[in-house]
This record gives sequence, structure tokens and C-alpha cells, in this order.
Amino acid sequence: MTIAAPSPNATAALIDDGLPRSRGVFGSVFAFVRRQPVGTIGMVLVLLFGFAGIFADWIAPYNPTENDFAAMTQAPSWAHLLGTDQLGRDLLSRILYGARTAFIVGLTSALVGGLSGLVLGVASAYFGGRFDLFLQRVLDIVMSFPLIIMALAVVSIFGTGVVNVIIAITIPLVPRCARVVRSSALAIREVPYVDAARALGFSHGRIILRHMAPNVVAPFLIMLTAFVGQAILAEASLSYLGLGVQEPTPAWGLMLQGGAEEYATTAPWIAVFPGLAIMLTVFGINLFGDALRDVLDPKLRER
Amino acid sequence: MYRYIVRRLLLVIPTLLGAATLVFVLMRLIPGDICLVRLGSGGTTFSEQALAACHAEIGFDRPLWLQYVEFLWDLARLHFGISMWSGKPVVVEIATRFPISLEVALMATVVAVLIAIPLGTISALKQNGWIDLVVRTFSIAGLATPSFWLGIVSILVVLDFTQVFLGHPWMPPIDYVPLWQDPVRNLSIVMLPALTIGYRYAAVSMRMTRSAMLEVLREDYIRTARAKGLLEKIIINRHALKNAMLPVVTVIGIEFAFLIGGLVVTEQVFNLNGIGRLMVLSVQNQDYTLTQALVMLVVTIAILTNLVVDMFYAWLDPRIRLS
Repeated sequence: MTIAAPSPNATAALIDDGLPRSRGVFGSVFAFVRRQPVGTIGMVLVLLFGFAGIFADWIAPYNPTENDFAAMTQAPSWAHLLGTDQLGRDLLSRILYGARTAFIVGLTSALVGGLSGLVLGVASAYFGGRFDLFLQRVLDIVMSFPLIIMALAVVSIFGTGVVNVIIAITIPLVPRCARVVRSSALAIREVPYVDAARALGFSHGRIILRHMAPNVVAPFLIMLTAFVGQAILAEASLSYLGLGVQEPTPAWGLMLQGGAEEYATTAPWIAVFPGLAIMLTVFGINLFGDALRDVLDPKLRER
Repeated sequence: MYRYIVRRLLLVIPTLLGAATLVFVLMRLIPGDICLVRLGSGGTTFSEQALAACHAEIGFDRPLWLQYVEFLWDLARLHFGISMWSGKPVVVEIATRFPISLEVALMATVVAVLIAIPLGTISALKQNGWIDLVVRTFSIAGLATPSFWLGIVSILVVLDFTQVFLGHPWMPPIDYVPLWQDPVRNLSIVMLPALTIGYRYAAVSMRMTRSAMLEVLREDYIRTARAKGLLEKIIINRHALKNAMLPVVTVIGIEFAFLIGGLVVTEQVFNLNGIGRLMVLSVQNQDYTLTQALVMLVVTIAILTNLVVDMFYAWLDPRIRLS
């Protein structure tokens, strides 16, 4: 699993983030919907799967972990809208609950990884010198490990399960975020108000968190949305390899693990629907992220 | 230029050293003991002496710092040792599986380049038109599709397709033969994995091609070229595309370095006996020597690719090497 290099321009526009200011939440959402129809489709997809995850307890027609040996590998029907798997579990219910797992892992990893990267990146740029050089080398080392290899090691050390999967996916995200944030923050360090803050005798922590961090928010938010999608894909890959979320927890990657290939010809729905759920969710996140980039980064609006 | 190259090469050393340390520590943090796995497999009982003998054979009885120093010394001399699991030399284990992974990776790159550069260019030239919309959707979908799922679905399609047209389901063969021995068989093994990995790869490069082209097309010299009446074909091929290739080459290079991540999962789907699967197996078996060698191989490929990309950049753009 790789992380696409963010465009250098995404990190360049910082001070004027072009965010609509005094519109209120609803006003901003409305403006977004009107100006970014494609992004809105993405937002709707994300919300759809997000709500599915939150309200799975109410909307799922069956218990996602209950086997029904009288209804194994059944094709989609009115009783089971998306069919059943090799253990007779209802696929729709498992996909709805799987959304919960995907979003818990995706959002937590992206937030924790992103915020740690934000602090490290800004600190690296702010202190500069030896600290910067050292930190950059450490991040280089972590980054030279492909995400899946790093995750493999973490899971082997701590064991499988949702929390450990989150740790495994979070660690490789940190340096990727830190690097982008650092390059944006380097530009801000030279801005007079940071000197002013230093002259006023503010603490390093305060300058980093209150004065510098908010100004790298635009590239940070763009990256954060990309991270959520990448984390969901990474979780699915790990679970598919048997290194992630474990049975009976419903997770999309896990649903593709055992039966999907074996029953490829007799019950293709087992393989098709969970993958479709992953794809649509990440697709939605990416569309939304692209639109967000256009809104937050006026320099890119024309491109 | 030479000073730049030397400086960059010197920076590689601490990174490699750090990676070696990290993999050494990580492997020892993984709970369990390969000797217990080796001796206990099959449910047989074994004596304390046998366990101690096994530890002595592998070198676990020595202090950790000594193991670390020896590991680094061996690495520096390119001595990778013997796989703790299979007992064969690590170099042999890797060499037998490397060709298939490399071939899939190279073919995926070819697929990516063939899709990304023409589509990305057309997309930029027809910005906001319907072609652009289709191409962009195709590329965002590529980023969103898990490659293992694409693999499963493509197997499914091939099975159904051959069932209908040949009368019996056909699956690509599993045992690898080199391209020069049996091209048809080789390609039928490698084609689907290369396509599934290549799609994602193409998606990333396509986005880069599009945005780089858009940027270049706004430059003054393109307007000058148009003003002096050059053919549009020449403007695009000779003036625009050439300059837009720089960031595209970077992305292709960086993505290539990380293809191994995609290989781990894709080899699982297609049952290919490549280094991606070997990596998963070696970590699960706690095969320290093999895992360490594999990780160092992957990390070295990643670092060297980055280095080559950086140098390529510096060669093209004097501002980078002089700063």
C-alpha cells in the first residue's frame, strides 16, 4: 500500500485558505454543495456508509455474526438483499457492521497519525538545526518501510485485533504527514508574527500549537481525508491477509478472505459486495477530498 | 554535480543503518521463538538440550548486542546467512522468488505508463470536458479499489468468461517459467497480477500527468509556440509533455519503490510464489535471517529508487543541486 506524494502546490497556499468565514455551518455546507457537485456526491457516499456504521444496530436486518446453516451461500433475494456467505450469514448486515469497523479504524488512524505528524512536522520546522536533521532521518527510516511491511511487524508484535490494526496503520502515516507539514511550516517560520510571538516570550509549545499549526491546516486537512481512505484500504488489506481484524468481527477485508475465492463461481456475491463497499467508501472519500482541496487551496482551483 | 551525488550517497548510510537497526529490534520484539516452532511442529516433545542446541546453532545464546554487531558486520559484507526456517541460504530463497515479483512489478510499470501518460495528457488538454470527467473518475476509482479485490474479481471474470467460451473454467497456471522459456505460459501467469497492480499505479501517475500538463500548458513559452504557428502536435509532444514529465517520472519512481506493498497482497490472491508472500511467511515463522534480508532488500530498493529520482531531478534542474 503506498501513499501518493501530495502535490507541492497543495502545501504552498497557506495563509489565505479561502474558507468561507461568517456563513455558519449550514451556509458553508450549502456553498460547498453548490460549487462542488462532484465533491457532494463523494460527501453523500461517505455519509451513507458513515450512517450505516453508526446505526448498524437498528438498520441491519440480521445479526451479522449469526450462522444460519439452512441458508448458506444463498443468492441475493428479498430475504437476504445481498445474499448470504458460506456460513449463512447475511451479507448486507455484515457490510453495514463492516462500515463501523472501517470507519473506526480509518478515522482513528488518520486522526492520530495526522495529528502526531502535524506536531512533529511543525516542531521540526520551528526548531530547525540538529533536531530537524535528526528527526528527518528517523522519519526517512520509518518511511522507507512499505506500509504493509511495517503493519505486518506491528501486528506480529502486538497481535491482531482492531486496536493493534489501528496502531499498525497509524505508525507509517506519521512520517508522511510530518514531511508535508514541515515543508509548509518552513515557509511560515519566516513570517514576522512568529518572530513577534518569540519576542513576546511565548513558550515553544504555544508558538507551535497556537501560531504555526493553524496555518498549515489547509494542506493538513487535505492530507487527512486522503489518510482516511488509505487507512481503510490498509485495514482491508491486512484483514484480507489474516493479519488485521479477526472473526467474528465483521470487516470488509475479512469478508473477502476465506470464501470469496473458493466460491468465486458458485456464489460470486460473496466476493463482489464487500469489495464494492470498500471501493465506494474510499471513492467517496477521495472525491470529497479533491473538492475540499479545491475549496481550501485557491491556487489549485483552476487546475 | 559530483558534490551533490557524494552528499546524497553519504545520507544513504545512516538511513540504511537505521533501517537495519529497526528491523533487528522489531524482529526481536515479536514474541515467540523459532526453535520452539521448529522443534514442536508435529506435536513432538523435545528436551531442554535440544532447545539449547537449536539456540546455539542459530546464535541466540549470545548476548543481544553481540548478535546486533554480528548482524551489521555480516550485512556490510553482504553475508545474509542461512534461513532459520528452511535451512537453505537466504540468497537462494530470495533469488528463486525474486524474478516473478520483479517481472510483475516491471509489467505493472509498463501498464501504468501506457495508460497514465496518454490519458493524463488528453485529460489535461480537454480540461473539464466529458473526456476529462471520465478519465478523472477512472483514476479516482483506481485509487479507491483495493488491488486484492480487483484480483479476485478479475479471476472471477476469467473463470466465467472461459466457462462460456471454452466450455470449461480456466485458471492461469501457478508455477513460474521465465519469459524466454515459454512466453505464453509466462504471460498468462503474470498478466492479471500486473494489470491489477498496474491500474492503481496508473491512477496515481495519471493524476500527476494531468496536473503537470495543466501547469505547463499555462506557461508563456507554450503561448509563444502557439503564436508563432507551430503545429499543436509539436507543441504538445516537444514542448509541453517533455517539461511536464519531471514530476511524473518522480511519482512513477517513488511508486515503483513501494510496489512491494501491493505485491504482498496481490501474490496472495494469485497464489504467486514471489517475495511478497515470502515476506509474510518469514515474519510469521519468525525467520530472523530471512526477514532481515528481505526487509533490507526492500528498503534498499526504496532508498536507491529515491536516490535515482533525486539525481535525475538534480541533473534536469540545476537549482536543486546548487542549493
